Amino acid sequence: MGRLTWQVATVAAITEETPSASTLVLDVAGWSSHLAGQHVDVRLTAPDGYSAQRSYSIASAPTAGSVEITVQRVPDGEVSGYLAGIARPGDQIEIRGPIGGYFVWPPPHGDGGAPVLLVAGGSGIVPLMAMVRARADRTPFRLIYSVRGPGDAIYAPELSRRVRDDRGLDVAYAYTRAAPDGWHGTIGRLDAGRLAADGWPADFRPNVYVCGPTGFVEKVADLLVAAGHEADRIRTERFGPTGGKA
Amino acid sequence: MPVISRGFTGRTRRDVELPPGQYLTEDFPVLSAGPTPRIDRDRWEFAVITDAGKRHQWTWSQLLALPSEQVTVDLHCVTKWSKLGTQWRGVALDTLLEDVESAADYAYVHAYGGYTTNLPLADLLDGQAWVAYEYDDEPLDAEHGGPARLLVPHLYLWKSAKWVRSIELTHDDQPGFWETAGYHNYGDPWQEQRYWGD
Repeated sequence: MGRLTWQVATVAAITEETPSASTLVLDVAGWSSHLAGQHVDVRLTAPDGYSAQRSYSIASAPTAGSVEITVQRVPDGEVSGYLAGIARPGDQIEIRGPIGGYFVWPPPHGDGGAPVLLVAGGSGIVPLMAMVRARADRTPFRLIYSVRGPGDAIYAPELSRRVRDDRGLDVAYAYTRAAPDGWHGTIGRLDAGRLAADGWPADFRPNVYVCGPTGFVEKVADLLVAAGHEADRIRTERFGPTGGKA
Repeated sequence: MPVISRGFTGRTRRDVELPPGQYLTEDFPVLSAGPTPRIDRDRWEFAVITDAGKRHQWTWSQLLALPSEQVTVDLHCVTKWSKLGTQWRGVALDTLLEDVESAADYAYVHAYGGYTTNLPLADLLDGQAWVAYEYDDEPLDAEHGGPARLLVPHLYLWKSAKWVRSIELTHDDQPGFWETAGYHNYGDPWQEQRYWGD
């Protein structure tokens, strides 16, 4: 496998997904496609030569020539604040990738037809959305998406449309702080009951992908293991610090 | 020449020298490919298996009975964060390998939960690596690799296998978990050896 070189990416379009998250469509001349779940490294360089790198999950289904990332602005984020605030169509950044050969669907070692459970916390939806978008067959997918409130849900209109139009896709929201009008479910953190009701039974041996903040992923992965899911069928991607003592 | 991104200024420049492409964090992020294994210290054991097939084994209490060292080291994760001046207590691999006879050149590291990683045996020796069981004077949390993790701070942090279980000494280099999934076989942060071909 060859070297992953830095490539110039031109911002082709920017869509605001929520007040703090934006999707950037990047045109990359040499982009040779990717796998759903992979990420890219982004490098920004200032006029004085200072540069900063961060990794972002790819949001788009595999395609050649372009790639989409969705960036959640984080407090004091020098790169996220630029990408989801200052960048405009026509601006140029550098990316290299795609990166990562494990947190991908279909899974790297076969069994791509097994049912899939996706569990997202906040902006952890991004690589899971690439999987939803990449799903062209009938592999049954269930997505459980935990957000603070309805205004924080990224891709909500597209997910509603796909639930209506794509066969075999179910989406369940978990609201931790505030629910939309007319919501009859509970408000609070994902628990074993919600995972059992909206996920797959462990007997179905689903491929499970969990992505979100560290505390969320730790909790969900522990609950899934306790519910009988095999640890090596649970792929995780965590971001941010531990909840307790740093 | 890198492309200049219009309107990007970046944060205030810092005085500390970091490996290329890294940024400083005060947090302690967690990167793991799957659920966190929970290992009972009563059942924990650590083994070194030589190229001749000889097994050297330590229980938890045997590990704690070995001379330990307090070390302060900088951590560099391939996901770009660096954390400086972290404090650990553990047993140096020099100590664990003292009575181990081997002609091996490589080490293949196994962890509870199935994770693996590989590195040259020389990188585990001469005060460069520990089996660490305390972080900041506290028992190491499971999220960060407790009961005990390998600590090899001069390489990217994925080489410092959490939940370390055994080290196989081998004549041939065998790529581990991330090393087969696109990440660099050696992983020197100062050479920015992140991915295959770097």
